[in-house]
Amino acid sequence: MSDDLYQQAIVELARDASHAGVLEPAAAKSQRDNPLCGDRISLTANFAADGTLSEIRHKTRGCLLCEAGAALVASQATGIDAAKARQAGAAMRGWLRGEAVQGLFVGAEAFAPVRSKKSRHDCVTLAFDALAGLFETRS
Amino acid sequence: MSFDAAALRAQFPIFAEKINGRPLHYLDNGATAQMPQSVIDAVSFHESHARANVLRGVHTLAERATEAYEGARASVASFLNVPETEIVFTSGCTAAINLVAYSYGSLLRPGDEILLSALEHHSNIVPWQLLAERAGLAIKVLPVTDDGRIDVAALPRLVTERTRLIALAHASNVTGAVLDVAAVVAAAEAVGARVLLDGAQRIPQGPLDLAALGVDFYVFSGHKAYGPNGIGVLWARGEILDAMPPFLGGGSMIGRVDFSGTTYAVPPRRFEAGTPPIAQAVGLGAAVGFMADLDWSGVEAHEMVLTQRLMDGLGTLGARIVGPRGLQGRVPVVSFVLDRLHPHDLAQILDQHGVAIRGGHHCAQPLMERFDLPGTARASIAPYNDADDIDALLEGVEDAKKRLA
Repeated sequence: MSDDLYQQAIVELARDASHAGVLEPAAAKSQRDNPLCGDRISLTANFAADGTLSEIRHKTRGCLLCEAGAALVASQATGIDAAKARQAGAAMRGWLRGEAVQGLFVGAEAFAPVRSKKSRHDCVTLAFDALAGLFETRS
Repeated sequence: MSFDAAALRAQFPIFAEKINGRPLHYLDNGATAQMPQSVIDAVSFHESHARANVLRGVHTLAERATEAYEGARASVASFLNVPETEIVFTSGCTAAINLVAYSYGSLLRPGDEILLSALEHHSNIVPWQLLAERAGLAIKVLPVTDDGRIDVAALPRLVTERTRLIALAHASNVTGAVLDVAAVVAAAEAVGARVLLDGAQRIPQGPLDLAALGVDFYVFSGHKAYGPNGIGVLWARGEILDAMPPFLGGGSMIGRVDFSGTTYAVPPRRFEAGTPPIAQAVGLGAAVGFMADLDWSGVEAHEMVLTQRLMDGLGTLGARIVGPRGLQGRVPVVSFVLDRLHPHDLAQILDQHGVAIRGGHHCAQPLMERFDLPGTARASIAPYNDADDIDALLEGVEDAKKRLA
């Protein structure tokens, strides 16, 4: 059923404020808009000397799935590098399409009900696009 | 004639559908209205008995197709009370505006001004921005009042001697507010500017007398007016069409093609390059025929009762209406927001109740910016809707609030 989209795990993820906010100062900022609905995710991050993410925060104005996606990304991205960020995004997109993938973030399975709702995939993956953008904008 | 909503609803086969085990409560008419059986039959009959190209062949099917296509043009012209030669078929409202922006826009000069408003659909913003960039024009923007209307009081401040075109929504696809056309036409006439109305949300509310309205261009889409997708209409005054150069080049729009110089057909064919959307036009012809037979005073009374029921119910549930609170000067399009409940999440939960609405920015991001909103939920009512549809929506909103807000 469609309202499984709003199962407890996703709602709790969306309401998780542990990585919400804006880092000041931040070595990288990345903002992505969903052109179809206007939802917006802004990520700020700092990096360790080896190029991996050392801390990250998200500021999200979007639907519950968008918020949950941002919370998942922000909670799992610490310690990853650019290649793993890209892999995580590709894995999430592939998994939502029903493919067998590797490199899925821990906790991504909560989005299983979204797999049958193609029009909502971008709600979840917007945060992954913003994550990849962090590595492109790193100062 | 008298209006019977239940009898009308019975003409729409889509309402036999069950959505998630529930009756369909279709309140997304502002995006796409449903088609009555008569329109479906007209399209099916055409494809089964008259499918051929138009204005080319001489065989029987080609004659049938041409007759049906031009018959649709006559039906649309009658619906708008204008000559057939002033009706240009396009692929939709967006295509019609782009046609005007490209063709009529080529007659404008650097420094000329186009006046829009902050509540326009993106399709009545972006084509003008593209033109402005291309031709060095300036775009000015009429503000929107707190109750979601184009602020015509700002016309004296924004209309200048350089204003060449005022392009506005006849009715807002977000707030439902209907434009004060007379005020706009008066302001335009004072400086010799043309007026284009985007009628996408107004045409589904019944016939128009465009000549009496005093505007110069009018555009709308078929799929919002109980017709098929892929068909739209541009109407413009004959003398304006005559002066406009072609937009798309190809077959049908020419006088004679010669490498030493090609000449072009007279309107409307000048603007209908290539094989047109024939079956879609036939469907639109049937749709305006369907609309022409309705008792529109009865329809309006019915729709306004439902609109009031909706706004009262939403108010009880703590929703904020984005648009006029009253019934005067509006179409039955109602946008609303609820605290801690994103429009997409609400729309998704409503789907479980069999209720179809639209959530999002409605291709009107400047208006969302005006009200500092990411989006709204929008219920848009058609003549076939009834009180059960409104009540199902309100029950769904209540459910969504319990679960997510």
